[in-house]
Amino acid sequence: MASPLAQFEIKTLIPLKVAGYDISFTNSALFMAITVVAIMFFMIAGMRKGALVPSRWQLSVEMCYEFVANMLHDTAGREARKYFPFIFTLFMFILFANLIGMLPYFGFTFTSHIAVTFAMAAFVFIGVTIIGLAKHGFKFFSLFLPHGTPWWLLWLIIPIEIISYLSRPISLSVRLFANMVAGHTMLKVFGGFVVALGVFGFAPFIFIIALTGLELLVACLQAYVFAILTCMYLNDALHLH
Amino acid sequence: MEVEAAKMIGAGIACTALIGAGIGIGNIFGSYVSAAIRNPAAAPQFFGNAMLGFALAEATGLFGLVIAFIILFT
Repeated sequence: MASPLAQFEIKTLIPLKVAGYDISFTNSALFMAITVVAIMFFMIAGMRKGALVPSRWQLSVEMCYEFVANMLHDTAGREARKYFPFIFTLFMFILFANLIGMLPYFGFTFTSHIAVTFAMAAFVFIGVTIIGLAKHGFKFFSLFLPHGTPWWLLWLIIPIEIISYLSRPISLSVRLFANMVAGHTMLKVFGGFVVALGVFGFAPFIFIIALTGLELLVACLQAYVFAILTCMYLNDALHLH
Repeated sequence: MEVEAAKMIGAGIACTALIGAGIGIGNIFGSYVSAAIRNPAAAPQFFGNAMLGFALAEATGLFGLVIAFIILFT
């Protein structure tokens, strides 16, 4: 039987080398392309009519839009509106990636690779820091100094705040990656139980059905968490506590 | 002790991070349910926060799991 981690293996589909770098088209890249195409189909075909009384499809597109718009407005306030396209793209990309990854046999979850999630998290981190520096200049560093800190605690608080700020991209990326890896590995391990137990395999099989439901919840939840944490970081950069 | 055996034990110990995650998740949903019983009308407002707390608490446990994987497969 294949190892439960074999599902995360990256396979080269079209070998490609440019100037010594391996930029082959892999199954990971294939699924990123599928995700983007699926999102574009969902959004464009759903809004094609743009009716005043929306159909079910159009309603679901509008629900996604309003969900992210409300989330951004509630956490980061009015000024964050111009960053809405980025947050919305991030949310839809992770959501569709996780959900397409849940397809049995065919699905490959590219968010289960730290390279992918860390790239997104680093982009968010660097972007937010640049926004904060551009908006507040040198005052941005007051972010590391919470209001009302007694002076005799400064030597302790400032390093803690700096470390917690710098660990943001790590925690943001590892959260998504670890959730995806743990969930999919767990499903495969229980799948192994079904095969091993023979006739009595129906018991873990029922459990797998429940776990699949949990994994669908986690897939949506992690997209939400990634997006809302990005909003919170944006809020910190825009309003400095 | 052989390195292979030590790796297995280390991975097992790393998984104890899930104790804390379990306590945290239980705490969050316990608090959510007791708050929802006290004031059912306001429950939908907290639900987003409860979910966010659940995800954050779960993630800390999963960091331990990642360390276990790193120990096992490197």
